[in-house]
Amino acid sequence: MTTNIRYKSRFMKSEESEDKQYVGFATLPNQVHRKSVKKGFDFTLMVAGESGLGKSTLVNSLFLTDLYKDRKLLNAEERINQTVEITKHTVDIEEKGVKLKLTIVDTPGFGDAVNNNECWKPITDYIDQQFEQYFRDESGLNRKNILDNRVHCCLYFIPPFGHGLRPVDVEFMKALHEKVNIVPLISKADCLTPNEVKKLKDRVRDEIEHFGIKVYQFPECDSDEEEEFKQMDKELKECTPFAVIGSNTVVEARGQRVRGRLYPWGIVEVENQSHCDFVKLRNMLIRSHMHDLKDVTCDVHYENYRAHCIQEMTSKLAQDNRTDSPLPILPLPTPDVETERLIKMKDEELKRMQEMLEKMQQQMHEKDQ
Amino acid sequence: MAATDVDIFSNEEKRNLSLGGHVGFDSLPDQLVSKSVTQGFCFNILCVGETGIGKSTLMNTLFNTMFENEEASHYQNGVYLRPRTYDLQESNVHLKLTIVDTVGFGDQINKEESYKPIVDYIDTQFENYLQEELKIKRSLFNYHDTRIHICLYFISPTGHSLKSLDLVTMKKLDSKVNIIPIIAKADTISKSELHKFKIKIMSELVSNGVQIYQFPTDDEAVTEINSSMNAHLPFAVVGSVEEVKVGNKTVRARQYPWGVVQVENESHCDFVKLREMLIRVNMEDLREQTHARHYELYRRCKLEEMGFKDTDPDSQPFSLQETYEAKRKEFLGDLQRKEEGMRQMFVNKVKETEGELKEKERELHEKFEQLKRMHQEEKKKVEEKRRELEEEMNAFNRRKVAAETLSLSQPLKKDKDKKNRSVKTENQSGVNLSNSKVMMAKANMEPLNCQSWWQAIQCCTCLVHSDAWRQGLF
Repeated sequence: MTTNIRYKSRFMKSEESEDKQYVGFATLPNQVHRKSVKKGFDFTLMVAGESGLGKSTLVNSLFLTDLYKDRKLLNAEERINQTVEITKHTVDIEEKGVKLKLTIVDTPGFGDAVNNNECWKPITDYIDQQFEQYFRDESGLNRKNILDNRVHCCLYFIPPFGHGLRPVDVEFMKALHEKVNIVPLISKADCLTPNEVKKLKDRVRDEIEHFGIKVYQFPECDSDEEEEFKQMDKELKECTPFAVIGSNTVVEARGQRVRGRLYPWGIVEVENQSHCDFVKLRNMLIRSHMHDLKDVTCDVHYENYRAHCIQEMTSKLAQDNRTDSPLPILPLPTPDVETERLIKMKDEELKRMQEMLEKMQQQMHEKDQ
Repeated sequence: MAATDVDIFSNEEKRNLSLGGHVGFDSLPDQLVSKSVTQGFCFNILCVGETGIGKSTLMNTLFNTMFENEEASHYQNGVYLRPRTYDLQESNVHLKLTIVDTVGFGDQINKEESYKPIVDYIDTQFENYLQEELKIKRSLFNYHDTRIHICLYFISPTGHSLKSLDLVTMKKLDSKVNIIPIIAKADTISKSELHKFKIKIMSELVSNGVQIYQFPTDDEAVTEINSSMNAHLPFAVVGSVEEVKVGNKTVRARQYPWGVVQVENESHCDFVKLREMLIRVNMEDLREQTHARHYELYRRCKLEEMGFKDTDPDSQPFSLQETYEAKRKEFLGDLQRKEEGMRQMFVNKVKETEGELKEKERELHEKFEQLKRMHQEEKKKVEEKRRELEEEMNAFNRRKVAAETLSLSQPLKKDKDKKNRSVKTENQSGVNLSNSKVMMAKANMEPLNCQSWWQAIQCCTCLVHSDAWRQGLF
């Protein structure tokens, strides 16, 4: 794992420097590592897309477990008027002493009904709910054990059978791009030849830009990173959206047992980089950018939500003149934009009234004369 | 019609005779064949499926040619159908092929109305044929038959089951057209998944009562192959127009990093089966079914809608002409009644307006009379007033003359008295004479300075002093 290698090498270097000048805070990364291992990590991943695109298979392949053991799939008849549900699966997995509490949020029924108007509404409501819950917990008195259920990443599955994004894809991503990190994926990529994959990726990228959808952007790497890392990063960026294939089965290929799909004309290996971008997705999602996804969720999406929420609340308070509030409001150090605007309005009104009074006084004065 | 024919035959005596030698009417089918070959065949395919699912590619692969096709966009507002007609020839057989594409199917967010344009198109083609049939001067033998003979329904290879849109659409179409469901882009499903998928699809179709086309098994020549094919429905196909070198042959295939999917390899996909069934074996049967089953159903529904029946209330056989006559009479009767009604209405309206107009006329007349009377009254009043004025003026003149003659002959004192008296009397006679008073006053103060009579009139002072005034000519 590249991250491990990175700071270990720094650690080695600092040991070699002179003892007199050695302060010792270069061990901070180690301490962070120890503490975080003890604390454990959590990650919430949402998968969204029409049924039959391989979402569950991909999740199983990503985390090498079988999360969807007893799933009930609906018939076409039952799906005509289906509504979108939100289901959560939580698993605790451990690797080399590092514990990860993984929550997968599934959205069965998305895009399955005949009339899919606003089928993304339950999903946006769910995300907002998680934000709201975290907001309350954070503003509460006892903040020791806050459960972070906020959705850190949303994998959106684009069907490979079309020529690009469909209206329902565009609408969904536009409704969610400011609430959660969206990572678009081209699913079931084993029905596309390499040329077709490239064409579709270009098409999807163009359409995403055209519609102004803000998908998750990989952070720029610092200039002092290693070349290998920079190269990887560049490749990663050029590869979006990832074309993935998932598999629940293990097959024998080239003398090894690999995850793959067996066809009469060949075997598709899930972890073969020339077959699909599964490895890149896994690296990005788990090995290098998991924490960045969490950070963006906390720093950008959640903060937006919080600011929006507080603004709404204070404007409501100003209107209703209520002393009690649903949440304890801390005295704001800077005047709120709302109140400032109100004050300005009132000032203008006063000015106008003063002018009118002067005019009237003048008129009366003239009359008297 | 066929039913009655059979009846006629069964009523007559039928005897089976054996022939002594070769007569030669076994060439009848050949004659038929040569006739139809010269006539040419026509076949119409409707492809229903989501955008990008491979409809155009499959057509190109099936007919081994490149039909011109632009890629459709996903952002159509609704579904519309795009028919294209091509003339193909193989050996000496001409085929007029029409391929109808559904553009925009499955792309909208609300797909509740997606099936309507398709159903409407199919009905329109039936309607056109019906119109042609019912014409007086018709030419059915060289009529370009645009009725859809086969609908290929492209199912998305999700691997789970049919989509809700698929089910709804197929239910609407199964009574109007022969449907063959196809699993498109089948190179994304592995063999075991495919088996399960097919079973699931068929069970869903059966449980929802969707009638797809069954290959006919009544003809001994093809019954075996057809019944085995029926078990393979829906066909899982892969289409490709690109050629790849495999071994020492060049075949149509799709090249992947992990292998090559050959279109015509039976173990890779069911394309060959589809081609066999659709084109090589059952094309004629499809046309027949369209005409005999779907078109007849449409025709029956349509004519019943219009009110035609095969038997009248006494359950006597009713011919089309009689029904037509009856309908026509009814229609004409209706028309007459409506005309009558409208005429009545018109007459009533005219009467009404006439009455109103008369009323108005009367009113106007009255008003006119009233005004006239008022006018006359006023005139009389004015006349009276004028007479009074004249009298007063005359009286005044006389008094004035009298006063003047008196003042001339008598001393001033008496003059003044008389003047005052006369002035008083004059004053008493009203406001009209105040002018005269002013004129008198002015006359005593200002001198005469007018030369002519006209000027004198203009100038009051002169008037008083002029001889004419003194003499009372005024």
